[in-house]
Amino acid sequence: MDNFEPKIVAFCCNWCSYAGADLAGTSRMQYSPNIRIIRVMCSGRVNPLFIIKALSIGADGVLVLGCHPGDCHYIEGNYKTMRRIPLLKKMLKQFGIDEERIRLEWVSASEGAKFAEVTNSFTQSVKKLGPNSLVHSQQSSKEARHG
Amino acid sequence: MAKLKIALYWAASCGGCEIATLAIHEKILKLAEVADIVFWPVGLDFKYADVEKMADKSVDVCLFNGAIRNEENEHMAKLLRAKSKIMIAYGSCAYEGCIPGLSNFYNRQMTMDRAYIETPSTDNPKKILPQTKFKVPEGELELPELYDTVKTLGQTVDVDYIVPGCPPEERTTWLALEALISGKLPPKGTVISHAVKAVCDECPRKKEEKKIKKFYRAYEKVPEPERCLLEQGFLCYGVATRGGCGALCPQANMRCTGCYGPVEGVIDQGAHFLSALSSIIDSNDPEEIQRIVDEIPDPAGTFYRYSLPDSLLRRAIVK
Repeated sequence: MDNFEPKIVAFCCNWCSYAGADLAGTSRMQYSPNIRIIRVMCSGRVNPLFIIKALSIGADGVLVLGCHPGDCHYIEGNYKTMRRIPLLKKMLKQFGIDEERIRLEWVSASEGAKFAEVTNSFTQSVKKLGPNSLVHSQQSSKEARHG
Repeated sequence: MAKLKIALYWAASCGGCEIATLAIHEKILKLAEVADIVFWPVGLDFKYADVEKMADKSVDVCLFNGAIRNEENEHMAKLLRAKSKIMIAYGSCAYEGCIPGLSNFYNRQMTMDRAYIETPSTDNPKKILPQTKFKVPEGELELPELYDTVKTLGQTVDVDYIVPGCPPEERTTWLALEALISGKLPPKGTVISHAVKAVCDECPRKKEEKKIKKFYRAYEKVPEPERCLLEQGFLCYGVATRGGCGALCPQANMRCTGCYGPVEGVIDQGAHFLSALSSIIDSNDPEEIQRIVDEIPDPAGTFYRYSLPDSLLRRAIVK
């Protein structure tokens, strides 16, 4: 288990967090290479389905990063995310999925350092949880049809 | 024209779908004019051996209701698939697992223990559980093996059409039968229902702004007669459920529970309802949001009441 390197999917909003990740990169900040960033226009675009799908096809953790409350480019997209994640966590717990596998954080375009810190601490906490035990071969034909 | 040959079968189901096929009332006479029933365990005395003797593809249509949760269900699904030209998943159990599928939140052992040992009305001091084989003086008795995970018909055999509902409404059943009788069949894989987007489209209740401070269960509050149930805080599933049923439940003051499955194009009904429902919570304060969310006692069971085996996760991880 010591060499376990978790696979982490990070959904970053285009206007704040993706720019924050960019800043971390251009500032040569070191952060854990376990994350795979997916850029979305808004954290409100992250349908809970995306998170469930990521977990069901092999992600060990999912990070959702958006603009700070009040800063959303679309006025209230991130408030919707703020309401969805607690219910999603509560529901996934009933499926036997640890709520620590999902984390929502606010990272602005100027917070490259926070981006690196969030990435590192989330990677560490998922490492402690160990691999996601969802059976990956469970992918249904239905899912294959829908790509 | 030769009469259509129709087979009906029930796997893991409650029997409601069988009644739903009869709910077409006098139209059944029209059906009898054009079709012969060749297999129907609920109504007619045919044996499995009779089906085995039929030639492959000799049955025109099989209306199959019920989920697949044991050896017998699976065997009959495969047998009827081989004998039938058209296989229809009839009703929510065959389509997406439905109520039997909720046992995917547990495993076989837990289901057995609950059913045969723990229920308050059970008296089983020796903890006897059903066995697949049992010797009696007359010989050996067999029972089909219960599976750990409930599957849908579509996950077991190739399915041509789906008729949704728990059980399907009369008009939905007739829509499917009419298509079969007239030979005007939709493309393979179609979920046969009247062309409306969601249950809300047919619901006559007044819809204004959806903002919820508190969720209510059915027994906690008498609903106002004309206003949208979701706006009143009831977990009405209409927004994320395929229409076609006529929105009967909301009209009878009962929230929609989602039995017609996801709307067209959606692959996971539960996740979509979760998304829609949580976005209308009327708060921007994380603590208050948590409190409101905590008032929903069983989100997984509520959101996946009908669709757990057909969802992306299919089952819970049970340690």
